Amino acid sequence: MTAVRAITSNPVLRRILSSLGTLLGVAIFVFVMLRAIPGNQITAGLGTEAAALTPAQRAALEAYYGLDKPLVVQFFGWLGNVLTGNLGYSSRAQESVLELTSQSLPVTLELAVFSIVLALLIGIPLGMLSASKPDSPRDAFGQTVGLLGLSIPAFLLATALLAILSSTLRFNPNGEAYAYLTDNLLLNLQQMLLPSLVLGFGIAAPIMRTTRTAVLEVRGNDFIRTARAKGVGPRRLQFRHVLGNALVPIVTMTGLQFGYLLGGAVVVEQIFSLPGIGRQVLLGIQQKEYAVVQSTVLLIALAFVIVNLLTDLLYRVIDPRVRAE
Amino acid sequence: MTDITGAAPAALAGGRAGERLRLLVRSRSGMAGLIVVGLLVVLSLAAAFGLLPFDPLAQTPQVRLRPPSAEHWFGTDQFGRDVFSRVAAGVANSALIAVVAVAFATVVGTLAGVVAGFYRGASDAVVSGVTNVLFAFPPLLLALSLASVLDRNWFTIAVAIAIVYVPIFIRVTRGPVLSLREIEYVKAAVSTGASRVAIMFRHVLPNITSIVIVQVTLSLSWAVLTEASLSFLGLGAPPPAPSLGSMIYESRTLVSIAPWTMAAPGVVIVLFVVGLNLLGDGLRDSLDPRNRGTK
Repeated sequence: MTAVRAITSNPVLRRILSSLGTLLGVAIFVFVMLRAIPGNQITAGLGTEAAALTPAQRAALEAYYGLDKPLVVQFFGWLGNVLTGNLGYSSRAQESVLELTSQSLPVTLELAVFSIVLALLIGIPLGMLSASKPDSPRDAFGQTVGLLGLSIPAFLLATALLAILSSTLRFNPNGEAYAYLTDNLLLNLQQMLLPSLVLGFGIAAPIMRTTRTAVLEVRGNDFIRTARAKGVGPRRLQFRHVLGNALVPIVTMTGLQFGYLLGGAVVVEQIFSLPGIGRQVLLGIQQKEYAVVQSTVLLIALAFVIVNLLTDLLYRVIDPRVRAE
Repeated sequence: MTDITGAAPAALAGGRAGERLRLLVRSRSGMAGLIVVGLLVVLSLAAAFGLLPFDPLAQTPQVRLRPPSAEHWFGTDQFGRDVFSRVAAGVANSALIAVVAVAFATVVGTLAGVVAGFYRGASDAVVSGVTNVLFAFPPLLLALSLASVLDRNWFTIAVAIAIVYVPIFIRVTRGPVLSLREIEYVKAAVSTGASRVAIMFRHVLPNITSIVIVQVTLSLSWAVLTEASLSFLGLGAPPPAPSLGSMIYESRTLVSIAPWTMAAPGVVIVLFVVGLNLLGDGLRDSLDPRNRGTK
């Protein structure tokens, strides 16, 4: 009993436990969603040929896929497989989903890191610029860029950039086969440039808006006036005192954007032919390989839950007030 | 979180619809959003009532890939279809899907959020659990997966998008309701023996309308973006139904010889989303009681 109380009273452990509960819910949801498809793995795999199966053949296939067992048994069988690393098999790629993912995940991670770095490099300075003089032309400029970032769909920006750059400047590194980071660094970086710009621009907008609001709010505080009164220089005041305190909402917003990023990756990887995890889902959907879709969606949700958990735990590092609670 | 809960009870304090509208119109971004969205609504209605200059589906091979002219305002595409009419029909389709999706998400999400926040206990645990699970999926990925398992037509796409936005409405309503149930007049209503359902409709729902209205506008802009992304990826309403996303997909190989085939749907979709975002920002400012009496 004391062990239970120790867990429930520790906020970090409680947060981790609730994430585990969410993950179980996610697994159930993914399982049920894919079972809701009209037909099943047999009809999906064989298409119209499924109609030609004799009842005995159909029963044999159903037993093979475990479809003759109750749903709960099927679910736990599937979950057990997933937890032991059996994520299914892609018959088109002739590879297990685990192998496929081990190749596609690094591509998406690299894209995500570049996009977030670009977004922070655009969003935070732009937000500080806007906040430095509210309702001025420079604020209007920052806000307009932010509004466009929120409103231009990634697929439009990506398609337009690709079309314009390849037809006018003949610049289309993504027309070549994808180069892995370790194979050809220079080509890899060129191929990552446009996709991460597109995603980064989309995430920069909410980061810019959050930075602007947070900086304006922090600047109105008494401790800023105190700092100025005790002779803190403008640069140190701006970065250490204002930005330091505005960081919590900015980190929250950046963490939240990870979801946008993983969704946007589906679109951008497709357009720029990057063999990432988003493209893996889309190919799975197009080729009706539901094992691939099911496992990959589950892995992406897992990544998202972990990022949210880390974001929450990161507050404790950044903000001493949260730690003290 | 604290400032939302603090603002919610105050929202009731003043401001009738008339004053709110005046504030909205006076804010420059709200007014601009209202005009843009209004024009696009007119365009959608024209498409819905068959008042377009051309049939958006009619192919006329003699006039393939013509640039914009007095006859074809936005030019024609590779099948000789009128781009303006297709854009208008596309706006109508995406508006229909967005409105149905957001209406569904608003009703289900708000009810679930209010019930969870007001009754607490088991209903709260269930609603919060479901919310956490739905929030564990990147929004576009969830819409994509749902759209791929459902039979594809405009209604199922609306349902797929709606499911993605239900948790957002739960989250924005539950918090304020939690603080509302501690407010004196709600406690007073409880002590007079008013039924819980009556309290919810008379005292709780009216207090969260402004939060919900702002959320509806912003969600509409995301729904339009999501619908366009789905149809771009080939998971929207099946062809030949005109959709802004699939028009942009088809135009990518034509853009060097017929740039209008991408520019027209592209500009319109950005205008649509910008308009909804501006309207949402304007509404947020005009409904925020802290801004009343200023400007």
